[in-house]
Amino acid sequence: MAQFTRGFGSRRRDADPDLPPGQYLTTDFPVLSAGPTPRIPLTEWSFSIRTETGETARWSWDEFTALPSEEVSTDIHCVTRWSKLGTSWRGVALDTLFEDVETSFDFVMAHSYGGYTTNVPLEDLLDGKAWVAYEFDGEPLDPEHGGPARLLVPHLYFWKSAKWVRGLVMQQHDDPGFWEQNGYHLRGDPWLEERYW
Amino acid sequence: MRTTGWLPARIAAVRPTTSHARVLTLDVAGWPGNDPGQHLDIRLTAEDGYQAERSYSIASSGPGERVELAVDTVPDGEVSPYLVQAAEVGDMLEVKGPLGAYFVWHETDTDPVQLIAGGSGIVPLLAMARAHDRSASTAPFRLLYSVRTPGDALYRDEILGLSQRSLDLTWAYTREAPEGWAEPVGRLTADRVAAATWPPSQRPLTFICGPTRFVEAAADAMVAAGHDPARVRTERFGG
Repeated sequence: MAQFTRGFGSRRRDADPDLPPGQYLTTDFPVLSAGPTPRIPLTEWSFSIRTETGETARWSWDEFTALPSEEVSTDIHCVTRWSKLGTSWRGVALDTLFEDVETSFDFVMAHSYGGYTTNVPLEDLLDGKAWVAYEFDGEPLDPEHGGPARLLVPHLYFWKSAKWVRGLVMQQHDDPGFWEQNGYHLRGDPWLEERYW
Repeated sequence: MRTTGWLPARIAAVRPTTSHARVLTLDVAGWPGNDPGQHLDIRLTAEDGYQAERSYSIASSGPGERVELAVDTVPDGEVSPYLVQAAEVGDMLEVKGPLGAYFVWHETDTDPVQLIAGGSGIVPLLAMARAHDRSASTAPFRLLYSVRTPGDALYRDEILGLSQRSLDLTWAYTREAPEGWAEPVGRLTADRVAAATWPPSQRPLTFICGPTRFVEAAADAMVAAGHDPARVRTERFGG
């Protein structure tokens, strides 16, 4: 039973069925990250996927942006409670990136320039559920928002959508990444409010 | 140590700290204590069941069931105007926490600490400066606090007090400075940040909190000055 708060509610926001529980709507694009914004020259950028055998698929920026890309329109939800509806992205589907990757491991650790990590089950990345995005609203992704490229896993809280992503490493167990070691839930489904430990 | 669910909290005291921000003291039965720099979630419930939740930094730390917050009014906000203008002593709300294990300072850490605050971003940094002041820590602490005008500084008197004892303090004013102020007025430049903070050779642990543009600029300035990005921790206001 919730505790009533005297006098609260006069400025309430409209309920929106697209908002997960505990979220509120924002129309700007807040920036949240744990440290300074890394700035990675495209000539030095690469993205890789490494499996348990050590085999590594690697793409340079030119190779990566030559891959088939998709336009994605989706809602995003930050664990700090803002949600932004109908955002537009362009990126490469993880299905495309994993086409020639052989692995028996079920979990992924995403690694970013700057040292950030986040863990994601492989099944949350495949079947049209996730992308490595490099455009937002038709423009190159701003460094503040993770450019040149970030992971986009919109059905999970946005800390899973690792900014400045540089590669994925397959892992046998769902070992926790950066925020998962610092208080956040191992998976992070916004509709289940998987916010914290 | 933390609790898992929502805890009822009673507002025990309110006091203004600027014309648009207020310090709220909450009594939270079962609060497990918190580290300096952590935050909590607040849930408000209207009488018809409508709810809103937000995160706020905690200004206090340590054991005990008293928790201090400072809330700045967000124009067009839904929760902060209530907390700053309407909430009174005796009113009830709910909290969850403490939350966050990264943007915290531990008094066993002896490295120099650089705090850089913009506006109400001072709150978690004040928790660190207070904890440092009352501990036996010999870690040197510096604070660079940027505000629009002198009247916009949260906890101004207390910060001045800390600066007499345990805190090396630099003010930066972006709109209007006190009379006779010798420093430039305006947005922080990389040079001013470098001049008011520990040099990279001291290898400080840096905590930066404030609005996004401020945090971006300050963090970029620290990296440009030669600080290891891994030693620069940031916390930004969301939307």
